[in-house]
Amino acid sequence: MLNQLAPALRLTILMTIVTGLIYPGVVTGLCQVFFPHQANGSLITVNDKLVGSDLIGQNFHKPEYFHPRPSAAGNDGYDATASSGSNLGPTSQKLFDRVKASADEYRKENPDFHGPIPADALTASASGLDPEISLANATAQADRVAQARGKDATEVQHLVDSLASRRDLGLLGEARVNVLKLNLALDREMAKK
Amino acid sequence: MTVNGIAQILIFFLIILATTKPLGIFMARLFEGKRTFLHPILRPLEVLTYKVIGVREETEQRWTQYTAALLAFSVFSFLFVYLLQRLQGVLPLNPQGFNRTSVTPDLAFNTAVSFVTNTNWQAYSGESTLSYLVQMAGLAVQNFASAAAGIAVAIAVVRGFARQQMDSLGNFWVDVTRATVYILLPVSTVVALFLCWQGVIQNFNHYTTLTTVEGVKQIIAQGPVASQEAIKMLGTNGGGFFNANSAHPFENPNPLTNFLQIILIFLIPAALTYTFGVMVGDRRQGWTVFSACAVMFLAGAFFCYWAEAQGNPTLAKLGIETHATALQPGGNMEGKETRFGIAASALFATVTTDASCGAVNGMHDSFTPLAGLVPLFNIETGEVIFGGVGAGLYGILLYAILAVFIAGLMVGRTPEYVGKKVEQKEVKMAMLALIATAFSILVLAAITSVIHFAEPTKDAKGQPVAQSYWNPPGPATANFANNGPHGFSENLYAYSSATGNNGSAFAGISVNTPWYNFTLGLAMLLGRFLFLIPLLAAAGSLALKKKIPQTAGTLPTHGPLFVGLLVGTVILVGALTFFPALALGPIVEHFLMQSGKLFALLPFPLWS
Repeated sequence: MLNQLAPALRLTILMTIVTGLIYPGVVTGLCQVFFPHQANGSLITVNDKLVGSDLIGQNFHKPEYFHPRPSAAGNDGYDATASSGSNLGPTSQKLFDRVKASADEYRKENPDFHGPIPADALTASASGLDPEISLANATAQADRVAQARGKDATEVQHLVDSLASRRDLGLLGEARVNVLKLNLALDREMAKK
Repeated sequence: MTVNGIAQILIFFLIILATTKPLGIFMARLFEGKRTFLHPILRPLEVLTYKVIGVREETEQRWTQYTAALLAFSVFSFLFVYLLQRLQGVLPLNPQGFNRTSVTPDLAFNTAVSFVTNTNWQAYSGESTLSYLVQMAGLAVQNFASAAAGIAVAIAVVRGFARQQMDSLGNFWVDVTRATVYILLPVSTVVALFLCWQGVIQNFNHYTTLTTVEGVKQIIAQGPVASQEAIKMLGTNGGGFFNANSAHPFENPNPLTNFLQIILIFLIPAALTYTFGVMVGDRRQGWTVFSACAVMFLAGAFFCYWAEAQGNPTLAKLGIETHATALQPGGNMEGKETRFGIAASALFATVTTDASCGAVNGMHDSFTPLAGLVPLFNIETGEVIFGGVGAGLYGILLYAILAVFIAGLMVGRTPEYVGKKVEQKEVKMAMLALIATAFSILVLAAITSVIHFAEPTKDAKGQPVAQSYWNPPGPATANFANNGPHGFSENLYAYSSATGNNGSAFAGISVNTPWYNFTLGLAMLLGRFLFLIPLLAAAGSLALKKKIPQTAGTLPTHGPLFVGLLVGTVILVGALTFFPALALGPIVEHFLMQSGKLFALLPFPLWS
């Protein structure tokens, strides 16, 4: 055992230098040169002010904006220093109550929508920072957003469709739309009268 | 279930099938000391490593020396990670100013054990606890080291079967160096760059403060994530840079990166089955192990996907859509990301627990009971369905030893596996490994179910004279986020995950207390070393034996019959050991969910 101690200590130090400092250092250098936008968080600037990140969801409560999914990150949701899901199990009373409250609110906010509520609209995401909603969820909110902006619902729906992401390679994941990008596009193209 | 979802799972499997042979051959050549196409570039780094650490490449080690080397390496690794965490306040690359108050000694112990044993159980939340330096020079280094050590042990065990009349199993330092230099480092570098291109962050910036569109302050955590993400998946480590792990959009921004991450989990473990076949000189043996894993993987993945696609009948009554349509995923979306949906989340959960990865892209705690049963059962059977890097292969070889032993008992002949007689010593060692892990899971979970922490003693004025150290006063079950059988599942999952060196969690349970940190740390140590040392001992004994020629009476250990025998052994051992516990958790919860029963969160008793 004892004659293995020296190589053990030396290899620990060497690996710390090579895989713990040089490797991440080189990767950081390359990423900052070739993909600086992504490497720094895909941040979005409007009129020289940071308003968010492409990839990180944020709260929207006003009727003229599309609303994101419920979030369990931090106390008020969408706390990007405290990513988390609800971790409530399927037989949790707390989950049931929360979904019920969300469902009632969703119906109240979107009185023109009558079908079953899209699954993502009432459930908290795994990260609490989900930047996207399903296309069905966006469509269900389109009437409300259009009314609040004094626009035609088909115009808003058209905007949703133009910003929608389809499945990657036509196969992977799910169709969806980025809430922040969508709302920024609304402000740009359909400013509230 | 949708056609698209089924296609995602099948195409994933076909990709793994395609990578198994080329990577398997590459690793066989590498660990047999032959040149590979990477030698012209990377050989100097390998030679430099031997010089620095003072090891001669051609020296061979007996199984005891091999084990000693592994243990010594683990001890220093543990000390490094522990000290880095405790000293993070005075070390550089710490823009958020985290210090040792956020990393208590028990938490630092738990995290250091966790990363050294390739578990990556996380009782902390990365973005609010650890500096960039600790993440990359402490944790990510162990992502390389513990993965390389796992591969090394697997190769040593394979040598036990491949060699004859030799008392050595190779050289631990050489195997670890080769695994790191020729496999882990180059693949990680390429993957890290791809991930960053797709949106994974890689910087040393302060957290970004901004004002959202609706005028609220939002702080966005940053860090060197891509470099850590790559090795986290490739080394089946699974410890996320952020609390939400691979569900966090900065770790896993889109379905394509998600698919790549799932492939990385199985990449090395699947190929090692082929490496095994090459090294023992009979490639059919490798494909047989592969096939047994494939059968169990596909069964688990489709079962988990099916259960999640059903959704939660209780929530369906509230008017939530549970059927998938072209425009929304349906199913059980609690704790899942929109971009991944149901199929890619169920596939991820199955793969991460088939292997001892433990990364998550959805919260297992919020899975429906039967879907949550799949990861739990995967972990409890030892994560042998391709398994962790290295750990999966030596795990399934343990089951192969048992399978031939059981078959040998039935026909009354001395069992043989790949030309080696399996005798008393090997079977004893295999049983020791199995019993140690079952003991760790069941006994620790049982104690946690019933233990009750006393109120601190008070002085005459009613002031407490001492803080309660181990856990807040009251039952340990008060730390669960869910009541009823789901709370029990959280507990069972925690000790299974720690013992199995998986690291995923039913994460509602609050585990950052000394009680949980120490007992889960203990479980990780038992699960890693009482599994791996018996296996090395068995390999040492096998290497001494002569290969015996096949006769008409030899049970062939290739082909569909043996695939069935191997799968049967895994299921049987898992079911016999864990069925009672599983019945109290996910199984009873399934029926309660069907009948609409809900559990309010009461701290005590567990069963309402």
